[in-house]
Amino acid sequence: MSGPQRPPWSGPLGLFHPGTSPVHRCPAPLKLLALAALGLALALLHGPVSALVGLALVLVVHVVARVPWRRTLRGARGVLVVALLVGLYQWWASTWQAAVEVSVDLLALVLAATLVTTTTRADALLDVLARAAGPLRHVGLRPETFALACGLVLRTIPVLVRSSLETRDAARARGLERDPRAVLVPAAVRMVAHARATGDALAARGLGE
Amino acid sequence: MIELDDVLVTAWSPDPAGGEDVVVRLLGPVSLRLTERRIAVVGANGSGKSTLARLLNGLVLPSRGTVRVDGLDTARDGAAVRRGVGFVFTDPDAQIVMPTPVEDVALSLRRLDLTADERTAAARAALARFGLTGRADVPVHALSGGQRQLLALASVLATEPHVLVCDEPTTLLDLRWRRVVDDLLDGLEQQVVVVTHDLDAALRADRVLVVDDGTVVADGDPADAVATYRRLMGVSV
Repeated sequence: MSGPQRPPWSGPLGLFHPGTSPVHRCPAPLKLLALAALGLALALLHGPVSALVGLALVLVVHVVARVPWRRTLRGARGVLVVALLVGLYQWWASTWQAAVEVSVDLLALVLAATLVTTTTRADALLDVLARAAGPLRHVGLRPETFALACGLVLRTIPVLVRSSLETRDAARARGLERDPRAVLVPAAVRMVAHARATGDALAARGLGE
Repeated sequence: MIELDDVLVTAWSPDPAGGEDVVVRLLGPVSLRLTERRIAVVGANGSGKSTLARLLNGLVLPSRGTVRVDGLDTARDGAAVRRGVGFVFTDPDAQIVMPTPVEDVALSLRRLDLTADERTAAARAALARFGLTGRADVPVHALSGGQRQLLALASVLATEPHVLVCDEPTTLLDLRWRRVVDDLLDGLEQQVVVVTHDLDAALRADRVLVVDDGTVVADGDPADAVATYRRLMGVSV
């Protein structure tokens, strides 16, 4: 028994959890500014206390946002492992204070960023990105196209993961699980096909023109 | 009105004998005036029917001749043509690019001059029209194949194109969803051109084109055209 199957990971822009909390209602630019301010503060303030205060702050906002922990941790579990490894290295190479500061800073920032994507629609984030990319107009690049391209990159990550898993299963079904070519070649071909299909679909919808 | 004037589509292809790449004919020469409200295109796999469909909104450009939609040349005015001609693909996953249905429909609406709130409201209205209100905010991977195809349709029709081209929109669907999508397409006010393997759906069209080996070999009354197609495929009724 392996229990209920998890839905495929939807990527950094696929974590949105609908809600009506004050965090959900907060405008996307404000959330991104707050995230930047937190990053700046954690970079400028040294020591484990400031790091732990930063993490506590993020956890409080998380509770206010009423986002399921499982959803947040799903997006951040890889970072938990990295934070642990970085912390252990810092402890060995430097001091325990440095270890706590670095690993907790990293965790607080990733959780804060995850909180932004779980409480903000991808559409709203694209709007902010398009507005921020406004100056690119002067060099002949349309901000909307730039924002759309950034969104597509993030949306493609889970497609890449899913495609790789499917080709690995196909290789396993043919008894070729030890042959890296049986996974890499079809995965690459499928990704190129996906990129072309996405391009066609966007063109057909009149986007990015 | 859609007009194809002496259209030929060719492509480079590897030479099976191992020599230099050779030019192969994918479709044509073909000249058509498509004015009927419901047009079906049938043909074997690789016959050129998808190439014909893609010509209609400029996804494929003719190597020779011209394709015009309401007087606009797909080669010269591609962007304007695509604003008026929606296109639905066989696999909705190739078409859906945002994480939730409401955001995917809203993405289509970005090229209109709407505020974010107006976009979201219009997207929800479009989803409601397709019976997807309750699924508007769920991740797209949680939708069934039929619901994804409905979402793809909603995303395309949200911008109210006056022509809709569908490339085998029901091929990946079970019988129930096939019926749902067919009924929706039948009820649209737009001119609809559907590439299909479903001969029952083709028989309900106003006009049927049969494509074989890059050539339109039958064109006209659905019953006659479908009979021609069955003969071509060696299928008896």
